[in-house]
Amino acid sequence: MNQPPLIELRGLTKTYGVGDAMFQALKGIDLTIHRGEFVAIMGPSGSGKSTLMNLLGCLDTPTTGSYRYEGIEVETLNSNQRSLLRRYALGFVFQGFNLLPRTSALENVELPLLYRGMARKERQEKATAALNSVGLPNKLNNTPGELSGGQQQRVAIARAIVTEPSTLFADEPTGNLDSVTTQDVVEILTRLNVDRGITILLVTHEEDVAACARRTIVIKDGLVASDTQRS
Amino acid sequence: MIWNAFAIAIREISRNLTRAFLTVLGVFIGVASIITMVTLGGGATLAVKEQISSLGSNLLTLRPGAGFGSRGSSAGVPHFTEMDSVILGEQIASIAAIAPVRTASLSTIYLNNARASTITGTTPVYFQINKWTIAEGRFFTDADLRSGGAVCVIGNTVRVELFGTDNPIGASIRIGRASIEVIGLLATKGQAGMGDQDDTIIMPLSTLQRRLIGRTSSNDINQISISAVEGTDSIALIAEITQIMRQRRNLQSNQDNNFNIFDTRQIAETLGSTTQLMTMLLAAVAGVSLLVGGIGIMNIMLVSVTERTREIGIRLAIGATASEVLLQFLVEAVTLSCIGGIAGIILAFGLCYGLAQVIKVPFNFNTQINVVAFVFSAIVGVMFGYMPARRAAKLNPIDALRHE
Ligand SMILES: Nc1ncnc2c1ncn2[C@@H]1O[C@H](COP(=O)(O)OP(=O)(O)OP(=O)(O)O)[C@@H](O)[C@H]1O
Ligand SMILES: [Mg+2]
Repeated sequence: MNQPPLIELRGLTKTYGVGDAMFQALKGIDLTIHRGEFVAIMGPSGSGKSTLMNLLGCLDTPTTGSYRYEGIEVETLNSNQRSLLRRYALGFVFQGFNLLPRTSALENVELPLLYRGMARKERQEKATAALNSVGLPNKLNNTPGELSGGQQQRVAIARAIVTEPSTLFADEPTGNLDSVTTQDVVEILTRLNVDRGITILLVTHEEDVAACARRTIVIKDGLVASDTQRS
Repeated sequence: MIWNAFAIAIREISRNLTRAFLTVLGVFIGVASIITMVTLGGGATLAVKEQISSLGSNLLTLRPGAGFGSRGSSAGVPHFTEMDSVILGEQIASIAAIAPVRTASLSTIYLNNARASTITGTTPVYFQINKWTIAEGRFFTDADLRSGGAVCVIGNTVRVELFGTDNPIGASIRIGRASIEVIGLLATKGQAGMGDQDDTIIMPLSTLQRRLIGRTSSNDINQISISAVEGTDSIALIAEITQIMRQRRNLQSNQDNNFNIFDTRQIAETLGSTTQLMTMLLAAVAGVSLLVGGIGIMNIMLVSVTERTREIGIRLAIGATASEVLLQFLVEAVTLSCIGGIAGIILAFGLCYGLAQVIKVPFNFNTQINVVAFVFSAIVGVMFGYMPARRAAKLNPIDALRHE
């Protein structure tokens, strides 16, 4: 049984803008990631990490190159199919949180379950559990406007993990957290990876966060600069 | 999926009540104003039509004097004779009925109540010409006319003011120096464009002449009422009457008419088209307010488009499909538009009902305009609520999220 790798990128590029304002953020990425891996992505600011994550999370389309997810050429999927892929297989933690305004933490976390057609009671139980696990048990009814940056970030993490996706993309999930909470989040992610076999790709600037991953990829100027495995 | 979209839409509405309220307000004002204006305009048109038909169609009135306006003075102009009326009736085939009329203003007294009333002396066909119907008692007859009987019929205004709650039939009232028995009460006609038609006392011409005012000349008829045969060309009829009357009044060809003919059908047509014009004007004004309501909705939608585009981006990013998001927005827009539309219809109903009584026009519920206003505003609401969403849902999630 020769299973295709979970993620396979070949010559992936991304160019923003047109004409004079044209900017190539990714200049040809080749990458293979297998099921169950925990990958940290590092690199200087503006090197294209978020751009890469957005492409991997099917939130954006590459300019050229090929992206296969579980052997499926993502380019051949229509927007509806990509929505369903995100719904059932992918989880995403945004660098900028992207929570619904004026909506309680609980409802924000419930949202992906709602689109999965889960019943209200079950939805609330799972969302509450997810918020508990990120250390926000008593902020269920607060809206993003009533939460600190770090608390919003934890709601965003809860929203991404509540569906237990096959792959979790986390773009600087600890960027706004203190070292204690950062440690908590890293622990949660490690547990999801080890206990549930969820593949995790995590962008971070912090060496000690990256240290929990077995593989570290460094991006520089839109290219993979290094790719190291630890045992 | 429908239920899901519905639940999300309701939640989204409750989350931003100000936005929801302003959207609803636009639809609400548009619907309420257009329905109110068109319904009241329609009521006014109906009222005018009713009054005109109560005057009698094909009704011509012959009066001394050159007509309306500065030349219209009838001072010094000879009145008509009873013979004029008889001759016209005999010589013109298209005259269905003709009645000489002599009016006088006299004091009327019943017990302790007194008032000045206009007394009309005429012949029994006058009732038929002017479409009077009897509410109680009877009209006077040709026999009453011949004998100059001391009888009269009264209009409802006179009954109310002289008799109050007493039964007027069979009672005697003092008119000028005579005592006259009331034999009939006329069914009310209400206000016409030209005053209270029910403020009238009608009696045989001979009674008025002999018992009330005394007769100094045979030229004492100050009006002749004529009803034309159905389908008569009133222009031709007026020409015929004019020709005969000029002859009878010995007018030379270089002299102007010293009488005028008032044709209710022309008045009816003029009034009818005027009120129709008014209704159209009101509808246009209301249409503008509907448009303004629509622009209001559009503004609210455009103001919130950035926030809503981001919301769409978030929903798409966590796995909603474009059609699910659009369904949610559609349900939201339809719900808000319907709430506004229904509230507008209810307010319009109340306004029309109240205002119709204040301005004394009949209130008739116009189903058509209710439907039209509702559908139009619903379309406006849905368009403006749905269109920005449609554009946003076509974007890549990341572009929707980055919208600013
Ligand atoms: N929508 C866009 N339009 C034009 N240029 C863009 C756009 N998004 C990103 N870029 C450019 O692409 C480059 C890579 O951006 P990206 O957000 O991927 O960086 P990053 O590695 O995530 O940086 P950081 O660590 O600061 O988050 C940057 O130079 C940025 O200016
Ligand atoms: Mg970034």
